[in-house]
Amino acid sequence: MTMNEANTYDRYQRQIILPDFGVGRQQKLMRAKVLVIGAGGLGCPVLQYLAAAGIGTIGIADDDLVSLSNLHRQVLFTVHDIGLNKAERALAVLEQLNPEIQYIAYPKRLTVENAFEIIGDYDMVVDGTDNFSSRYLINDACVLMKKPLVFGAVSRFEGQVTVFNYRDDAHDEPVNYRDLFPSPPRAGEISNCAEAGVLGVVPGILGVMMANEVIKGITGMGTLLNGRLLTYNACNNQVYELALQVNRDARVSMPADKKEFMEMDYDCLCGVGDKGFEIDYKTFSELVRAGDIAVIDVREAGEVPAFDKFDVVNIPLHQLSRELSQIQAGIVVTVCQSGQRSLVAAGELASAFGNSKKIYSLKGGVLQWPLLHKKELS
Amino acid sequence: MQVRVILFGQLTEILGQELVLDHLEDTDGLKAELISRYPALGAMTFVMALDNRTVTGNTRLSNNSTVALLPPFSGG
Repeated sequence: MTMNEANTYDRYQRQIILPDFGVGRQQKLMRAKVLVIGAGGLGCPVLQYLAAAGIGTIGIADDDLVSLSNLHRQVLFTVHDIGLNKAERALAVLEQLNPEIQYIAYPKRLTVENAFEIIGDYDMVVDGTDNFSSRYLINDACVLMKKPLVFGAVSRFEGQVTVFNYRDDAHDEPVNYRDLFPSPPRAGEISNCAEAGVLGVVPGILGVMMANEVIKGITGMGTLLNGRLLTYNACNNQVYELALQVNRDARVSMPADKKEFMEMDYDCLCGVGDKGFEIDYKTFSELVRAGDIAVIDVREAGEVPAFDKFDVVNIPLHQLSRELSQIQAGIVVTVCQSGQRSLVAAGELASAFGNSKKIYSLKGGVLQWPLLHKKELS
Repeated sequence: MQVRVILFGQLTEILGQELVLDHLEDTDGLKAELISRYPALGAMTFVMALDNRTVTGNTRLSNNSTVALLPPFSGG
């Protein structure tokens, strides 16, 4: 693929004729290799605009499958893609948009085992993942491999975007995610999109900003959000920017080399799988028998099946923080459909009550509730 | 001396969008005051920025400073 091909020139003509762009910068894009991790709400617009702009090689990593509840924001996919892998479906759609560039799909999760191998092939990495475990893993790998990292994250009506680990004349010691947030929040403290919700346009807006940072970073055009975090609020259009600083204390806990990285357990670091709040049915039934317990159903009113074999107070998750005075017992167990919302609720209650109450979440929720056990409790 | 505090993400559920505080010397004092008024903040993860720059150690406040508290977001 050369700029001599009339078709190629025609495809990118509108950006090539820009005063500060030209054929030279287009060729930089065409030689670039960018890895987009997470083909979700942020990843979809990032991928669309990078493919359209003519990035030479685009890697797409995602182990997740398309679901109906993704479609309001993950705009590469249609109802025909439900149940299919996001990385592979994104690749198929992008090939229609721009068949002149190379795509590689990684239909898997980035892990300490494969991160170096996958990231090593690229000039720049984009983090559009949806969990802290992946974000810390990607950050640490990019720091060790000296790869610039375009970072975006959203919650409800707000988003954050920045560029980590980008070396230029002004930044010989670039900042990274750990300078901003040295350690992950407790499990359940920060809600993800599935639990807290997200306005579809928010990752759209932030994702396009991330693609813009990639294009500027590769071409050397304009000013990057290098070492500066930009936040955007879609409700009031307010933008807030802050300069990030190196945080020496935070860097002590980073892996020092590839060997240490390979030994990291990022799920454990981020409290995934060891949440402390979760109890199984057996423990739950013992607590119910012992008394001084409040069982709180944090689902919306009317969700079925009901917990009807023991006393339950229904306080939907979004109202929980305003209804704390209702909770008098010394032991609180939150319950919901699948154990996800109740885990978030347990985190909120633990924040509110501190050590004054024992807080638990019923693992698996009502969906994992065997009929047999319901009877046992009655 | 007045300091304006602006909040982001889920922190607005605890403290509201914005508040103004008086009689504070430094960022450690500000943090302690906020946690005593809003105990739930004590268990939250956030980064503090003073006049658009992250604070890594205790920093003196000046009149009309703006302090921002930002939680991490995980959503993508």
